[in-house]
Amino acid sequence: QDNKISIWSAGDLGNAGLNGEYNGEPHLLCDIQHNGDVMDMQFLDQERIVVASSTGTVTVFRHHQNNQTLSANHRWEKAHYHVNQYTSCGGAACTGVVCNNPEIVTVGEDGRINLFRADQKDAIRTIDNADSSTLHAVTFLRTTEILTVNSIGQLKIWDLRQQRNEPSQIFSLAGDRVPLHCVDRHPNQQHIVATGGQDGMLSIWDIRQGTMPVSLLNAHEAEMWEVHFHPSDPDHLFTCSEDGSLWHWDTSTNISEKPSFLHQGGRSTAYLSHSTINQSVVSAWLSNDPTKDRMEITNLIPNQTLSVNSLDVLGPCLVYGTDAEAIYVNRQLFA
Amino acid sequence: NTVPPQVVPGADPSARQLCFAWGPAEVLVCETLFSRAGGSCSRFWGEGRAGAAARAVTGSVAGTGEGAPSSSRVFVVRRDQDIYIQTLRKLFNESHGIFMGLQRSEEELAGKSRKAQLVQVSKNYRSVIRACMEDMHQAAVSTRDPALQGQYSTQVSILSAMELIWNLCEILFVEAAAAGPLLLRLLDWVRLHVCDVDSMVREVLSSESPSKHKLFWNVVDVFVLQGRMDEARHLLSKEASANPTSMNMYKILDDLMKKMPVPSLGNTQTLTELELKWQHWHEECQRYLQDGTFASNPHMESICKILLGDEDAILEKKELMTTWYHFLVTRLLYSHPTVRPLELRFYAQSSMDLFLAGESSPEPLDMILMAAFEFEMHQVIKECSIVLSNWWFVAHLTDLLDHCKLLQSHNLYFGSNMREFLLLEYASGLFSHHSLWQLGVDYFDHCPEYGRVYLELHIERIPLSTEQKALKVLRICEQRQMHEQVRSICKIMAMKALRNNRLGSALSWSIRAKDAAFATLISDRFLKDYCERGCFSDLDLIDNLGPSMLLSDRLTFLGKYREFHRLYGEKRFPEAARLLLTLMTAHIAPCSFWMTLLTDALPLLEQKEVIFSAEQTYELMRCLEDLTAGNPDKQKFQDDDVETTKVEMLRLALARNLARVIVKEGTVEGS
Repeated sequence: QDNKISIWSAGDLGNAGLNGEYNGEPHLLCDIQHNGDVMDMQFLDQERIVVASSTGTVTVFRHHQNNQTLSANHRWEKAHYHVNQYTSCGGAACTGVVCNNPEIVTVGEDGRINLFRADQKDAIRTIDNADSSTLHAVTFLRTTEILTVNSIGQLKIWDLRQQRNEPSQIFSLAGDRVPLHCVDRHPNQQHIVATGGQDGMLSIWDIRQGTMPVSLLNAHEAEMWEVHFHPSDPDHLFTCSEDGSLWHWDTSTNISEKPSFLHQGGRSTAYLSHSTINQSVVSAWLSNDPTKDRMEITNLIPNQTLSVNSLDVLGPCLVYGTDAEAIYVNRQLFA
Repeated sequence: NTVPPQVVPGADPSARQLCFAWGPAEVLVCETLFSRAGGSCSRFWGEGRAGAAARAVTGSVAGTGEGAPSSSRVFVVRRDQDIYIQTLRKLFNESHGIFMGLQRSEEELAGKSRKAQLVQVSKNYRSVIRACMEDMHQAAVSTRDPALQGQYSTQVSILSAMELIWNLCEILFVEAAAAGPLLLRLLDWVRLHVCDVDSMVREVLSSESPSKHKLFWNVVDVFVLQGRMDEARHLLSKEASANPTSMNMYKILDDLMKKMPVPSLGNTQTLTELELKWQHWHEECQRYLQDGTFASNPHMESICKILLGDEDAILEKKELMTTWYHFLVTRLLYSHPTVRPLELRFYAQSSMDLFLAGESSPEPLDMILMAAFEFEMHQVIKECSIVLSNWWFVAHLTDLLDHCKLLQSHNLYFGSNMREFLLLEYASGLFSHHSLWQLGVDYFDHCPEYGRVYLELHIERIPLSTEQKALKVLRICEQRQMHEQVRSICKIMAMKALRNNRLGSALSWSIRAKDAAFATLISDRFLKDYCERGCFSDLDLIDNLGPSMLLSDRLTFLGKYREFHRLYGEKRFPEAARLLLTLMTAHIAPCSFWMTLLTDALPLLEQKEVIFSAEQTYELMRCLEDLTAGNPDKQKFQDDDVETTKVEMLRLALARNLARVIVKEGTVEGS
């Protein structure tokens, strides 16, 4: 299999054509071979990217901007592995990676959590058998605490300062233990966490209280692969799914002033009043009154066919990739 | 037109007898134990399609005892090498999108708008081919490996031929251009695809004084042959200004060229009007020629002859036309501009004969184009299938033609029509690719008769290297109610997880498949671990089973048993006691575990406070007796000291408890 890590240029932001439109498609700057499927990746800093592989290896690549090349800077082989009763260690896929320079946390199908530091050869800390099922995603809650989600529908908080190998808190969905595939934390209000499940359901959690989600929103028709709060505008949330859709969740508009059917832009929009439990929180994500705060949900993909596996959003730009081997860049997200 | 047989490298039929078996996407060739007697050697006729990629897998044949077992090799012969070409992936992916759009497009649109829609689809396919050609060309230019460069260049010419054929099919079949516009479309087609002269044209046009260039007249001829009158006239004007003596001739020729009647796309004139005008114009040209107006300038005279449709004059410019179909279109332009579609075949055949003039024989491409001109759609598809190494082209083209309602059901021996047959072949080829198989799924979905069966067979063979891939395959199966496959895939993943000691993952897979039997297996593992170690592993899982506990009795027992331990730990003894008893009396606990449960009851019986009621104590006693009585091998039981001691202790504890509780219950509480 030929898998590559590639860096693309999506066009100069300042280089608008005569009509004010961006010209030029994204073009390839450089690429490098990668062993195994790329399960997850994240920028560590301006130049370095951490990549999680299906072989269980975690690699740090450096992007040399002066001559536009990529090189493998550091590699942790067998960061994730299975100990099989019949054979010796086999690799286990590393399913999620999150960075907070210089720390890197990875999780995998082996239920292991690793804490690495960028230039150190061995892991700073490893929690073996942190989970009896597969850990699908990880994100930082605070600088010393992480959140993980697993395939039996649990959201766990781990305190990395403590030496014990137990989570400090476990949250789970009521009802069927539907696997959770992705997690993201609100950029400003750290108690608000969003997770996406195998049944396409979006759950909003308030981790200060209770062990169950605050809102359950029926979203996609298949696995939700990624969920992201917009980093600078967190009233906006984005989710993508195996069913080929990418949804933009917008709680910013206060609809009590505006008639609900007249809104511009979206191709298929729906309104949801969400059932909530908690009353006293300020954020629109946790709010209760269905008549006052409604959410606008827009599907950003007109002709959906194959799965949207991954997305990222920054400023006015949205980028997503599909199983049809295509990458889409939308540079005018809020136009 | 026959494709040379491919030999599977390494397989030597002269040394060993070979056997083979057909798989869904490949052929397995295996060396048997039997060696060839005598010296007869027969070549192995590999898969008739070009490009057999064989991979030798070393395996060993189990010893038969007749002698030393020798290792045999199994060859996996794949029929489709093209899907592994990196640059073609864009073609497969983009065309998949177009294909899906076409299947979903509204059939209610009738007449013109439907036709316009179908033409647009055809154009989309062609632009994808061209984009791919561009990429391939870039790759050929930038690579340093000569073998790769050769491969890319070949691909470029194949793609170019595909686009040529598709374009013609679009004009003749999809758009079904009528007399009049037909000629214009054919002219566009020729201009787009005969590009050997482009560099010459560029050279002359960019030179300082074009009319002095030695190839000047060639370029003028090219323009005239392709019906590019304005450009021809423009060049001629340069010649005229450089050469004032021929000004008179030039003016007349220019005028003739300007006045030439051509079909128009809009309905501004009928065919009859056009024919009339054209007749007049033709006669005028004839007059000028016969008057000897151009006699002093052979170039201009030849142009005039071409305008008159003189076959010999046109044939003289063979090198500028390069192909017989260019010749055909030029002929039509200057002798029958109002040609009707069904008349094309005659002109096509004679054009090819005249052009090739016995010097060379027609190539496969020529035969395909000829079949198209003859409106033999089936022939086109058949020839393309033979010549091309990949089913992509014929599958998509046939599908489009089928949507144009042009193909009658052409029954093949297994009863499905040609479109379905080709799509099945194409999609099967995709399935042998580690990632393009996802596209294949959609193609199978749109094969009404056999698509589902093919999908069921193929989907189980996809290697599930990561959980994410397994989830994608599962989702596909679930969406199509392929329950067998769902169960089988979940079992595979659950077994893998179990072997890797990932009990939570294993449980997660059994929940997805609603596989009670496997859930029981996993619970037994947990219980076994508990018995061996005295404590539970993976408490985060057992404590949080939730409603999935109900999937299997054993799982329910596990959850409840753990709850018992929790209650005990929290010192909620009466509740713990009740739970323990329920586990036995409601037969949730497996019989093998009863001893353990009874032993767990011991500390409760020994508490200072009486926990079990009389009723409950009788129940416990009954359970104990059931357990010991039910044991057939009393001898063995009695020999085991530990077991006997346990039973005795239990009986004693139960009796003591009974005594205390009778007293307690019998005592009237003081007010």
